[in-house]
Amino acid sequence: RYYEYMFGHSRWQTWGRRPLAARAEPELFQLQVVIEAEEPGCDRHPQLSSSEAYHLTVTEPVAILKAYEVWGALRGLETFSQLVHEDDYGSFLVNESEISDFPRFAHRGVLLDTSRHYLPLKTILTNLDAMAFNKFNVLHWHIVDDQSFPYQSIYFPELSEKGAYSSNLIYTPADVRLVIEYARLRGIRVIPEFDTPGHTQSWGKGQKDLLTPCYKGERPTGDFGPVNPVWNTTYDFMTKFFKEISSVFPDAYIHLGGDEVDFSCWKSNPEVKEFMKKQGFGIDYAKLESYYIQNILDIVSSYNKGQMVWQEVFDHKAQLKPDTVVEVWMANNYAHELSSVTGAGLTAVLSAPWYLDYISYGQDWKKYYSVEPLNFPGSEKQKKLVIGGEACLWGEFVDATNLTPRLWPRASAVGERLWSSSNVTNLQDAYKRLINHRCRML
Amino acid sequence: TENEPSWETPCSELLVYVSTPGCDGFPSLDSKESYKLSVSKGSMLLSAETVWGALRGLETFSQLVGRDENGTYYINETEIVDFPRFPHRGLLLDTSRHYLPLRAILETLDVMAYNKFNVFHWHIVDDPSFPYESSTFPELSKKGAFNAMTHVYTASDVRTVIEYARLRGIRVIAEFDTPGHTLSWGPGAPGLLTPCYLGKAPSGVYGPINPIVNSTYQFVTSLFQEVSSVFPDFFLHLGGDEVDFTCWRSNPQIGAFMEEMGFGEDYKKLESFYIQRLLDIVSSLGKGYIVWQEVFDNDVKLKPDTIIHVWKENAMLYPMEMANVTRAGYHALLSAPWYLNRIAYGQDWIEAYNVEPLNFKGIPEQKALVIGGEACMWGEYVDATNLTPRLW
Repeated sequence: RYYEYMFGHSRWQTWGRRPLAARAEPELFQLQVVIEAEEPGCDRHPQLSSSEAYHLTVTEPVAILKAYEVWGALRGLETFSQLVHEDDYGSFLVNESEISDFPRFAHRGVLLDTSRHYLPLKTILTNLDAMAFNKFNVLHWHIVDDQSFPYQSIYFPELSEKGAYSSNLIYTPADVRLVIEYARLRGIRVIPEFDTPGHTQSWGKGQKDLLTPCYKGERPTGDFGPVNPVWNTTYDFMTKFFKEISSVFPDAYIHLGGDEVDFSCWKSNPEVKEFMKKQGFGIDYAKLESYYIQNILDIVSSYNKGQMVWQEVFDHKAQLKPDTVVEVWMANNYAHELSSVTGAGLTAVLSAPWYLDYISYGQDWKKYYSVEPLNFPGSEKQKKLVIGGEACLWGEFVDATNLTPRLWPRASAVGERLWSSSNVTNLQDAYKRLINHRCRML
Repeated sequence: TENEPSWETPCSELLVYVSTPGCDGFPSLDSKESYKLSVSKGSMLLSAETVWGALRGLETFSQLVGRDENGTYYINETEIVDFPRFPHRGLLLDTSRHYLPLRAILETLDVMAYNKFNVFHWHIVDDPSFPYESSTFPELSKKGAFNAMTHVYTASDVRTVIEYARLRGIRVIAEFDTPGHTLSWGPGAPGLLTPCYLGKAPSGVYGPINPIVNSTYQFVTSLFQEVSSVFPDFFLHLGGDEVDFTCWRSNPQIGAFMEEMGFGEDYKKLESFYIQRLLDIVSSLGKGYIVWQEVFDNDVKLKPDTIIHVWKENAMLYPMEMANVTRAGYHALLSAPWYLNRIAYGQDWIEAYNVEPLNFKGIPEQKALVIGGEACMWGEYVDATNLTPRLW
């Protein structure tokens, strides 16, 4: 793959033709890739704890790329491919180099939203390629939401049958496997997000009696709200559903959502109100939300999966597991939120300043580049709990016709911020490298 | 069977009737684009005065044809009488800030036709690059293009664009913007731009076109002679926007000239001096011209049929400018609220849609002077990788 990247797009197409004059410079004949661990990971899936460090020595006649695990080798291969350049006469050159590199943050993600608009497989795969060029290592697949349910479930086929935009705008099990494998070969984890209890309108189409019926006085209005937290059938469904998800997606983590739950429907429903009384929640519906989420966290835990949640789950004081990862997304005073989350001893992932769907005129990559994730009041111990961040491309105004130029190369700014050392902040230098990198990606 | 509509006898032919022949000509500002479309049982008729109207009607017809779940093409019984409100409905592309390959331009022309646009405003050269291959001055693109081999528009390319546009009823109005926005002209035309001074010595930096030397006007005459013959439309866009006076101020010869002419410290007078001569040259070549609003704002003496292009958007003042321009008796083109390069989150098409070009204080005769508008896609952040989804 990397050979093709480096030599496949030669401007001069000098395949197999040596340059006319014998060159006086030394030649590089081979790049040796050495993976040191006994279990290199080639047949495994990447994890949060995977080693992505590598050491690259470029010298004649043989260059050596050494990494502990295959994931580091992939990162080093990307770097090596960036070092190789073509001169005006069609010769490929690389400078003598010694590089020792490793990521600053272990979780470097891109969020894609395939519910607001369906994204064909090709778009997702192209995006995984772009992610690899920028050393991203997590695809946060926000696969379903209110608008559509494109995930074809084995246990509950009606979910996509009734909830997808149409029968051809779905992800079959084969599609999902393809994405996961394509990602794996690039050292990218696929963390699926099945966001509940809010953001679930499309679930109700294929699963009767999952969502809460809203009421006006004594009568149901015909509208539905978030997932119904008081019925046992809800948890029976979720138990079975997440059993499937846990086996379909090999990553150790599943994102459970938990954001923007609108309480008005719950408030209108007599059964829910009754339940609130019985549980002694008073009129604090955040408690009901936490009750629901805690049950889901337990279900998912029982399948030996870790959980990621949006910040509201933490803010509303649900009882989280110690290894639950909280994703901080609300832009208002996110530094303060990072302090709170890490202050409570929880791991955090930052996406608040990196909502790339919020387009604006001009070089906005600069503002994404200038974010310093650890700029919040906290101890060293707290700062260590920030494991990384995610560039989010929500899909309200995005589909296959505009995704790639909208996301890239702006996301590259986030990629560098999450990989590189905290003192790599010079915008002019970054600009020079970014314009080269963009052309290379094209 | 279920409730399938019983289709009438299929229509197999759309008869297109054009009363005035003229398929070999070029569309113009005065072209009639009205058409009538009649679709009824067994007969479909599209009639127009000119072929340009027929093209518009054909586009409408193509939008009326639907396809049901069984794959059957159908069309509703229809009676349409249609004509444009404004005769100048333009789109600006900027091929200087970023080169746009021919393919991108032609694709844009297709989509323009789908939206009944009829003017392609080709902002072909500017400060960053000069991709137009001139036969009179080949050095201009040789030295001024981003890459003289790969990032130029040859004479054949230009002909291709003009013909592709013509077949879609689209006029091509080229803009050679002067005296500002001309840095890329310098390398290929030594002596054309004003040398800026730092104190007594030239600083090595250049400014707008030098308005005080005769060679400038010889050059401009020759260039526009060529441009006038290459581009068949009656109108040329001459630019005239954003002239930075700093360089002129720094140059001692210009200072001397200002004194000689009695312009005092008013460099707008010098700008007008240049523009006036330019307009005379272009007029003598038999072309009409469009200029950016500064040319009007700076009191240049204009011919009565000059078209003023209103583009400045600060503080929503453009309705006032529209009023001023039309009150002075000139025709106006509106672009100010339609700078589509200024992207923003969300459904910004709504703002663009809500613009009412004639919302300014004026009598009906003034409003009649507004010939239309142009959506502009300036190229600072646009190239072939993102042009289409950004513009449409």
